Order: sequence, then structure tokens, then C-alpha cells
Amino acid sequence: MTELVLHARHAMGSKVTGEALVANDGFSARYDLNRLEGVFSRPSHKLAGLSYVDRILVLDTAKGGVASAWMLHEMRSRNMVPLAIVFNTVNTILVQGAALGDVTMMAGFDQDVTALVPHGARVEVDPQAKTLRVVDASGATIAAAQPSHGEVPQIKPVHGPGKR
Amino acid sequence: MQLNDEEKAMLAGEQGEVARLAIKHQISVGDFFGARDFVPVTQAHIMADTESLGQAGVQWLERLSEARDGRHHVRIPTITDPRGTDFSKAGDIGQADWMLHLERRAIDAFVKLGVSMTDTCINYQTVLSATRGEHVAFGDTGVVIYSNSVNGARSNFEGGPSALSAGLTGRTPRYGYHLDEHRQATLRIRADWTPRTLNEWGALGGVVGKLAGNYWQVPLVEGLDTAPTSDELKHFGAAMASFGSVALFHLAGITPEAYRAADVGGDRLPVAHRVGQADVRALVDHYAAESRVDVVVFSAPQLSLYELREVARLSEGRRFKLPLLAITSPQVKPDADRFGYTDAIESAGGTVMAGMCFYQSYAREIAEAKGWKYLATNSAKLVNILGGYGYVPRLASMQECVDAAEKGEL
Repeated sequence: MTELVLHARHAMGSKVTGEALVANDGFSARYDLNRLEGVFSRPSHKLAGLSYVDRILVLDTAKGGVASAWMLHEMRSRNMVPLAIVFNTVNTILVQGAALGDVTMMAGFDQDVTALVPHGARVEVDPQAKTLRVVDASGATIAAAQPSHGEVPQIKPVHGPGKR
Repeated sequence: MQLNDEEKAMLAGEQGEVARLAIKHQISVGDFFGARDFVPVTQAHIMADTESLGQAGVQWLERLSEARDGRHHVRIPTITDPRGTDFSKAGDIGQADWMLHLERRAIDAFVKLGVSMTDTCINYQTVLSATRGEHVAFGDTGVVIYSNSVNGARSNFEGGPSALSAGLTGRTPRYGYHLDEHRQATLRIRADWTPRTLNEWGALGGVVGKLAGNYWQVPLVEGLDTAPTSDELKHFGAAMASFGSVALFHLAGITPEAYRAADVGGDRLPVAHRVGQADVRALVDHYAAESRVDVVVFSAPQLSLYELREVARLSEGRRFKLPLLAITSPQVKPDADRFGYTDAIESAGGTVMAGMCFYQSYAREIAEAKGWKYLATNSAKLVNILGGYGYVPRLASMQECVDAAEKGEL
């Protein structure tokens, strides 16, 4: 299998490696999480019931309100926080929260990152290099899309700064 | 980011440790988004409830407020979003003493920082609305989308730490909706139907928000057959921001930057979606699984004086079987008291609260303490949020919600 390395336009934080939780869904610390138990709690969320603690979340977009900016910091204080959050598109709140909470964050890909990264794979997020690398996909629960072989997942418009 | 001499001095700590920390935080965010420099802002608005802050956030505020050099005051008018309680009514909703204690600590810290505790998410109706082209750092998504779209002001979603930083430095990184290029429409939507009630306006906002889908989309909506009121736009925008993380919309011929659709580039966009009553009905029906109601809540955003007036009118002569909470701002509450609205609602068995918002007030713990699960509201924003807190919310009109409070079901 060809090593999958994805390049982002925006990144911050430290280099981390861990298991990826992947879903084509949004993220809000207030709307989607039971932060006391460290799980996705919104019943309709595609990761409902799964623990996000020490996982690398690979999601479509940041959702909801401004509370996440405080909440990532609060989650960090209890060590009940994701290792990193990776988005196709991010809003300002999650970036501000990641800056305060010291959470690695990456966003702005030319392809749909949620379709390319296998759920359950071990991935490395390197903000310095602005890369996301699939280290080991053997634990993945779905097959990784292979951009170099055949069909490329549909590219969603990524309207981040500098791209319009 | 390019820094001027004053900003370099702040970063070097020459204007105090608090200013240094604040601008350092802002630079990390600005660098992420590729901001070239800072833009001065005239007002800041901080989302500040302690359910979000937690112990860690309160301690962070306390450290700032106790800076040894004493240089920790905000430089521009800086106000707060709803806090996590109405101290005078906390017992009515089962809030615990530790919640109130944490709130008091947060308030003390904010006051030491020079922040004005307005405790409102409708500052554009009650404190001072921003004007067209005014750069601000606002921290409630409903406040931001209203100020950007209806007033033509310029703000990103500024989370609490960033909004406070803006208050402390008097500036914010110049990216996103501070820039002309991001204020053009990206998505053209045709409305084939115009809502009439606040819950319908909220639901339409939710539909548009879901279609838009992310922060960087700017919907242009055409086809509305009337100019909405401030309260209608409040619900429309708050729901759009909640469902879609949208920070700016344009209404052709109505909002100030879209006098003509072409002014925001709408003439170059195809109509991507047509939305009508069926779409709004589908969103409402999605939450209509149960007729049971445990509590009726009017909140999110806080109620204007006119909304409270209407709740009061609907409450007259009734006796509620269910708790009914009507939540407003500390600026509106005294007028509601003077005009008899509070008395009309509370005589029927309801409760008027001020300075908080339901979902920002430990909603999960309230549910456990009071045994509330099934909730009726006319706020589309609230139904979108409360699912994650374990509630089964239902969206209905204000009239239907008041009826439910009297009958015990919807």
C-alpha cells in the first residue's frame, strides 16, 4: 500500500501520533460531547458513544458556538482531550481553543480528509511540516481511499482564508 | 504577522504580562489563518459562562486578574455574554452551590480585569449595536452573525480567550470577516416562502445553516416578501450560526451590504438551493417525536422586551401545569418588571430569569436535578444544542409552547 501523506494549509501545535477517529461529521465541544465522560454524546453524531480521549479526530468541519474555545482548555486540564483535531474546514473558535488548550490542530486540505484517512488507522500529525501521515492502517475498520488508484473522493469546496 | 511598535512592545512585555500573554495568543491564532497584521477594534464581547470555563478557565482568569504588575485592565469597552446562572432564581432550576461559587469567582476576576458584566447575548438590542464597517471582537455566535449581517459590522467568532485578549490589547488579527474578500456571498439561496413566527424564522435559519455547512460560507438569501424584524433576524441568524457555524449572511435588498444581490457577488452565483415551507417543516418534524413536555423554555437568544411582552400577553388568565422559563437580559428585565410583563408571566406560574441562558447554565445538571427531559421551545438554536445535553427538545411556536405549559403536553 502506498503511504498516504496529506498536506494542510493551516496547522498549529506539537507533532503527535495516535489512533484516528474519522467521520464525515462536524465537531462542537458543547453540542457533541459529554466532556465529563470523554465521549461523543450527541445521538445523531457519527462517532456517538466513542471516546475521544487521546484520539486524533478527523472530521469535516467545526460547528456550533464559541464555548469550544474554553472547553478545549478545560478538557486539557483534566487530560480528557483529543491528541489532535483535523478538519477539512475549521472555524475560528476551534483554532482559538486549540491555541489556549495546547491541542494540535490542522485544517485546509485539497481533498476530503474524512474520505481518505481510514477510521481506526494510526496517523501522525506534524504541524511543523503541515502533514498528516497514515502510519499504520492495519487497525482500520474501513478501507482507505487510494488517491493514486482510480477514483478520488469528491473534493469538497474548502473556503479557508487565502483560498477564495 | 507584521507588528507595529506598540504591538512589539506588548509582545516584549513592556506593557505588562497580561498584555504580553494576550497578544501572544492572538498572534498564534493570526498566524494559523495567515493574518498579515492586527486591526483595531472598538468593542469586545466575551462568552463567559462557567460551564464552559470550568475550574481551569476560572483559574486562568484569576491568574490574569491578579497580575503582580497591576496592568491587567481592558483597553476598550468589553462586555459579557450570559453567565451560568441568575443568582436570584438558581434554586428554581436546581443549580448547586458549587456552580454559584464558580460563577462568583469568574465574575470577580472579570471585574478586576475591567470587564463590564452585561451578561447578555442580545447586546445589539440592548447595549450598543456595532455599525457598518466597525471592527469588533464579539464572542457569541448569535451576536456575531447579527452584527456582521444586519449591522454590517466586522467580526469573526471570537471565543472567550480571544475576545478577552482583544479587550486587553484593543485589536484582533485581521483575517476572515474583517476582510472585504470574505464578505462576498458564496452560496445563493432562493426562499420560496417567508416565515411568519419566530420559530419559523429560526427554522429557516437552521435550514440555510445546514445547507451552508461551515464557517467560511456566506449565504445570500433572496425572495423574502417582507423585511424581517430585529427579533426575527435574531432567531434566523442565531439558528444559522448554530446549525452551520455561519458568521455572515446577506438578504438581498434587506441587509446593508446586499442592497442589490450584485453588491455581494450574487449575480455571479447560480441559485444553489430553493427552500420553502416544506424544508422548514421537515426540520421542525425532525424534533417532533414526542408530545410529552416536562418544561417550556424561552431562551437562546435572550428575549427582547417585545418577546417578553408577547409571552406576558399569552400568559394572562392561565395557570401553568408545567414550569415555563422566560429568560432575558439584565437590561430588559427592569423594564419587563415596570411594564408588568414579569408579573403576568409569574402570576400564571412561569418564571422570568435574567443574565443567563438556558443552555449555558449547566443544562445537563439541571435536567438531572429537576427530572426534565422533554423540552418545548420556540428557539431553533436551543433545539439544536440540547440534544447533546440529553434532552428531547421540540420546536414550536410561542403560542404552542405557552399552550403546552398550560395543558401539560404539546
